[in-house]
Amino acid sequence: MQQTGSQILFKALKEEKVDTLFGYPGGSVMDIYDEMFRQNIRHILVRHEQGAIHAADGYARASGRVGVCLVTSGPGATNTVTGIANAYMDSIPVVVLTGQVTTAMIGNDGFQEVDITGITRTCTKHNFLVRKIGDLQSTIREAFQIARSGRPGPVLVDLPKDVIQSVIEADVPQTAVPPAEEACPDLEGPCNEALKLFLRAKRPLIIVGGGVILGKASEALRSFVRKLQIPVASTLMGLGAFPGADPLWTGMVGMHGAYYANMAVSQCDVLMAVGVRFDDRVTSKVSAFAPHARLIHIDIDPVSIDKVIRADVSMVCHCGPALKTLNRLIDEQGLTLPKSQIRYWHRQLRQWKAEMPLQYCRNQNIKPQYVIETLYQLTEGRAIIATEVGQNQMWAAQFYRFDEPNTFLTSGGLGAMGFGLPAAIGAQVACPDRIVVDVAGDGSIQMNIQELATVVHYGLPVKVVILNNLYLGMVRQWQELYYGRRYSQTDMTQAPDFVKLAEAYGVKGLRATKPEDVKRVLLEGLETPGPVMMDFQVEPEENVYPIVKPGAPLTEMSFGNVRAVA
Amino acid sequence: MADLIKERAISIIVNNKPDVLARIAATFSARGFNIESISANVTRNPAFTKIIITTLSTQETISKIIKQLNRLVDVLDARKISRSQVFRREMILARLSMAEDRQAAVEELVGAHGGKVVSRESGSAILEFTGDKETIEEVLNRLEALGMEDLTRTGAVFMERGNP
Repeated sequence: MQQTGSQILFKALKEEKVDTLFGYPGGSVMDIYDEMFRQNIRHILVRHEQGAIHAADGYARASGRVGVCLVTSGPGATNTVTGIANAYMDSIPVVVLTGQVTTAMIGNDGFQEVDITGITRTCTKHNFLVRKIGDLQSTIREAFQIARSGRPGPVLVDLPKDVIQSVIEADVPQTAVPPAEEACPDLEGPCNEALKLFLRAKRPLIIVGGGVILGKASEALRSFVRKLQIPVASTLMGLGAFPGADPLWTGMVGMHGAYYANMAVSQCDVLMAVGVRFDDRVTSKVSAFAPHARLIHIDIDPVSIDKVIRADVSMVCHCGPALKTLNRLIDEQGLTLPKSQIRYWHRQLRQWKAEMPLQYCRNQNIKPQYVIETLYQLTEGRAIIATEVGQNQMWAAQFYRFDEPNTFLTSGGLGAMGFGLPAAIGAQVACPDRIVVDVAGDGSIQMNIQELATVVHYGLPVKVVILNNLYLGMVRQWQELYYGRRYSQTDMTQAPDFVKLAEAYGVKGLRATKPEDVKRVLLEGLETPGPVMMDFQVEPEENVYPIVKPGAPLTEMSFGNVRAVA
Repeated sequence: MADLIKERAISIIVNNKPDVLARIAATFSARGFNIESISANVTRNPAFTKIIITTLSTQETISKIIKQLNRLVDVLDARKISRSQVFRREMILARLSMAEDRQAAVEELVGAHGGKVVSRESGSAILEFTGDKETIEEVLNRLEALGMEDLTRTGAVFMERGNP
């Protein structure tokens, strides 16, 4: 039987159990969209291709599966580049299918032609240009394999129009790519060394990163922590890997990390970093990071080991197998950390938490932290939170206590404003029964506001919480602290009426202007079926604290007008 | 021991595909590493290409580059060439104008370093030399003095010695 490239594409996608595509049609992918008409597959039509890639990314983050995005050639493809770089920085498995001009036209500056494999070479894990139909099925298979294996990441497949239009005998056997076995090195040796370090430790600490979530290793982590009673801190990307309500939870480390988390890292004598790559926002001044600690580093990417901080014991593997091996060795050898050995350390951590919890000063204005705190209480910590980038992102990270993995979706590495709303769409599509909230700022929500139409189109009950301070708040904060209060181009007073804007899209719009409105508006927003956008007019010049000046040691935190209560 | 910046070499076996060299080069440039010389050719198995790159770097940097290279899907193997176990050669082709009074000096240079006169036209000649780093540098100094017009270098190629 003869099959077209389009038919083979859908066959290959179904082999990968793809049920949803996020996309936007155009000239060079019309044959794929025509075939889609006959196929039983869900397609979410976004309003801008950047929305498609971020939504596929959010789908992947919330579901743990590969997200798929389909766009046309030229501008369709270039509009995905920010989202591809975003997925690359945060190691999110997505497959991006881009249309391309015909193979004969490639290189001739055809209409809507760009060299998208060239453009994305350094921000994809890998990319392909499919030159003949015989390679199509195996290329799609390989693309998914690469996206989800090892350290996950985005893979782009460029599909020339003639390859998609041509036909092939479908019974021709396709070159099968054997599913690569994920090599697991011998872990017993390094695990025993790691345990030896822990057993002598007086101030042990674990720091978890996005790798724990990507590697689906939260359970193994929790069981390890229960066995040895070691406190757990986290990077931004690791939030949710360990319950934020657990007594051993020691908070987020880094530029806006909690006082007790940054102090713990700076004082610990053994640090186990699990699925962490030591971003500069986490370490700040590298030479002052964990200066007293022997480092155990577990990461699937050998590049991460010794890249920033030299490890005393390292394991290049998924976090799950490493933690499970540690757990097995602990059980087999009946190991525990004597209470007397770490009692002082636990007491010290409790004291730091009491001295300087995450806090803010209340006044007659709405404090953005209060909005997040109230959101946490009303959702009982069970919502999936997507964020934009900036102050809104940091307040969400600080004041919403994430208990489960895959519930905090944020642009960590790239810091791409405009990520939150489309990511929330992807998450809501993946998890229709969950409460999905986009925590936004008034600046970043306007970067992909057009996706409100997508939300309404598919009846997605996404809730948008805008912390509206009429500033590009994080940049303004830096200008206040480090640039002599010269607020250069950060005033966003000329803003739309977000309630009317929501209503224009067919989304329910709500507004809060006083602290006493906050709970009522959030309750109404959460209880209203369907999408809601809530405009919280917050304290304009509220800052995110603590803050560590870029390049300073983590112990040098500023707390603004928030003083120690103890 | 200080980690000195010096010439270090990497041998990379890659899939023989159109964009692989671009990926290798992009890996160097994206991470801010500089390529000093590069030589690439298909291996005995035409499915693969062997690329030899030399770079001025520290031991630490070269380890990072090699990890980054090994992460590329089309790289089968990237590793450091250890100097104690290899044979290094480089070839140059140089064009000289052949004024009457230089004939003797050129013949002497060719004789002394095992070079060849591969082409001789009226008034100019192309010379070929192959040798280790020191020989090539010595020859280049002499050629400059003789009024070299143009030069092409292959970059360093390496071969590991057999196991004893």
